[in-house]
Amino acid sequence: MSEGKAQNPYRLLIFEPGRKYESPLILNPRKLAEEKQSMLLPGHRLCAGCAAPVVVKLLSFAIRGPTIVVNATGCLEVATTIFPYTSWAVPWLHVAFENAASAASGVEAAIKALKKSGRLPYDHVDVVAIGGDGGTFDIGFQALSGMAERGHDIMYVLYDNEAYMNTGIQRSGGTPPFAWTTTSPVGKVIPGKTQQKKPIADIMVAHRIPYVATASPAFWADAVQKFRKGLEVNGPSFIHVISSCNRGWRFDTSLSIEVTRRAVDTCYFPLWEYVLGKGYFLTARSLQIARKPELKQPIEKFLEVQGRFRHLLKPENKELVKKLQEYVDAVWEDLLERAVNAPR
Amino acid sequence: MSGGKVPKIPLEKQVRMAVNGDEAVAYAAKHSLVDVVAAYPITPQTIIVEKFSEFVADGEVHTEFVPVESEHSAMSAVVGAAAAGARAFTATASQGLALMWEILYIASSLRLPIVLAVANRALSAPINIHCDHSDAMGMRDASWVQLFVENTQEAYDTTIQAFKIAEDPEVLLPVAVNLDGFVLSHTLEDIYMLPEEEVHKFLGGYRKVTGKTYVDYLGKEVEVKLDPANPLSFGPLDLYDYYFEHKVPQIKALEKAKEVVKRVNEEWYELTGRRYGDGVIDAWGVEDADIIVTVLGSTAGTVRHVARQLRKEGVKVGVLRIRLYRPFPFEEVANAIKGAKVVGVMDRALSFGSFGPSYLDISAALYGLKERPLLVNYVYGLGGRDVPPSLVRRMFEELIKVKEEGEVKEPLKLLGVRE
Repeated sequence: MSEGKAQNPYRLLIFEPGRKYESPLILNPRKLAEEKQSMLLPGHRLCAGCAAPVVVKLLSFAIRGPTIVVNATGCLEVATTIFPYTSWAVPWLHVAFENAASAASGVEAAIKALKKSGRLPYDHVDVVAIGGDGGTFDIGFQALSGMAERGHDIMYVLYDNEAYMNTGIQRSGGTPPFAWTTTSPVGKVIPGKTQQKKPIADIMVAHRIPYVATASPAFWADAVQKFRKGLEVNGPSFIHVISSCNRGWRFDTSLSIEVTRRAVDTCYFPLWEYVLGKGYFLTARSLQIARKPELKQPIEKFLEVQGRFRHLLKPENKELVKKLQEYVDAVWEDLLERAVNAPR
Repeated sequence: MSGGKVPKIPLEKQVRMAVNGDEAVAYAAKHSLVDVVAAYPITPQTIIVEKFSEFVADGEVHTEFVPVESEHSAMSAVVGAAAAGARAFTATASQGLALMWEILYIASSLRLPIVLAVANRALSAPINIHCDHSDAMGMRDASWVQLFVENTQEAYDTTIQAFKIAEDPEVLLPVAVNLDGFVLSHTLEDIYMLPEEEVHKFLGGYRKVTGKTYVDYLGKEVEVKLDPANPLSFGPLDLYDYYFEHKVPQIKALEKAKEVVKRVNEEWYELTGRRYGDGVIDAWGVEDADIIVTVLGSTAGTVRHVARQLRKEGVKVGVLRIRLYRPFPFEEVANAIKGAKVVGVMDRALSFGSFGPSYLDISAALYGLKERPLLVNYVYGLGGRDVPPSLVRRMFEELIKVKEEGEVKEPLKLLGVRE
């Protein structure tokens, strides 16, 4: 049996006791398709066009061996485990909305204690916590910060669809400025969300944990490599993945990956990684843009395919687009200054 | 505590030590081979985690201590740990228990045998650090087993018993051990502890996952835990087509817990020579009593002291300490008090807009009887207000008056409050 591809009828990822961490990282698409599978099995009820299962699939390509997933309440959780069904091919725990990081801390502590007392049938078990933007930027932030400060060996994956999509598109700390949501509606006097997007990945860098990265499903190989690095470091890691939502962002289901590509191409969502002691590094397309600034696309390219920004494209809102462009530019320039591998 | 039979471990082989209630709980957790302790400091619980941290710092335990950033995370972490197959323990009080509340229901509904010590303390506002049972009563509907102890010895004994009760394959529910804040948590007593290895034997060593279930997609019965060899999904979305049915085994397990509490109480007696009534109620002088007072926790000692004096004076009084509050021992309580003329029900908490919580339970316990004693609810000691023998005596005197008059004029009395 190849690592990460199951042979049993339900295609569960079963790691028999004693199984080692030998799974090599595969980036050749053909070999990947032959030898790996998603830890999320078919039949889940996430919307057509949702990027979240793509994020989980890319994460699955990176796993090294026995892995336990802890999931915050959210779209991914509710749509994959509607009793009596489950789509999860690995052991999976959901406790509540705001505590994926603390429940995962308990799982990780249990693994350590079981190992210390000779009761763990593996050398190691990886623990991955997954949360959406609501469960990470907002209600779960305290638990996440605590997990990071205590140094648990957990990879926390944020799939950021930039609003509370599970409850019907309400604004979150991850919603960008001027985006329409059902609690930041575009009204006669207020043009969508009036606040900025919380710089969550930088906040995690400030926790001085070993590894932080951003990723986009459109740059899948970059994402898989980052997930792998996040699993390999000793201690907490945080991977912030942009995860498009056609229901909330208002785009055609065929554009899910294209939208996350444009997020990177416009520098709205730059790709980078931070390695403790070494600093920020731009990766993939973002590194190319840093080297060749003419590749950088205007923010309109990101806005024009999404209904949540439709109001911005009206002539009277030109000023708002300009503001948004300035905001994106400022964040990008700031990153360029910090990135070790940006051209000087 | 009652004597008689020679215990397997005679007193001279037990370890006598002066500890306070919190330290007793910490020693009990240590002796119980706890794998994960996740806790957050809060008065008057803090000594438990301080003491346990010392065991960790001195390398005396294999336990992973997770110094979480809140009680919400403490309960979340022990849920994660117990789901992964660990023996998990936490402790809290008051606001901390209130903050845990959301996860209390999840811990019990996931059927995780967690043990929680609660050093009972009043709830804000106004902020107050002293004893009452308002915190514990906030979790009475959460499907936890709730035990209330009377003294430091019982705090030690009960904490160990709690693991055995929680992990019983017929229970598999979390257990809360309640000890009165400051009155027990901070008061030094001489107690007897067991040699550590005897506690290990009593609990069968490290936690073994006793929950087993047949899983169709695995085609076999597996241990209910997060196991990479047998992947299970814990905590799925469960809607109107199954949720209700899933509550049935939980209801039955909590009912079953009563018998298990009794059995473990007897096993402990054989081992140590100590038992607490039948495990669920601890009755004194109730058989021929005209007047009985029911009470939870450390106040039972004061009430018994006054009752002894009254007996000497020729008044037929009895005391019923309720040790197991959830599941409520309706039958045992009804049998113990049904012969009395008047029962005073003491509650160190109030369900605002109603009565004290145990008054409601006792009313329900008696309702099915053709002849019932008169009931008076005494809410006492809120915010740690002292309960001296003189106050208890005044309550008994009132109850004697109720008996003479044959009617209850005021069913809810606030005992010890300034007018």
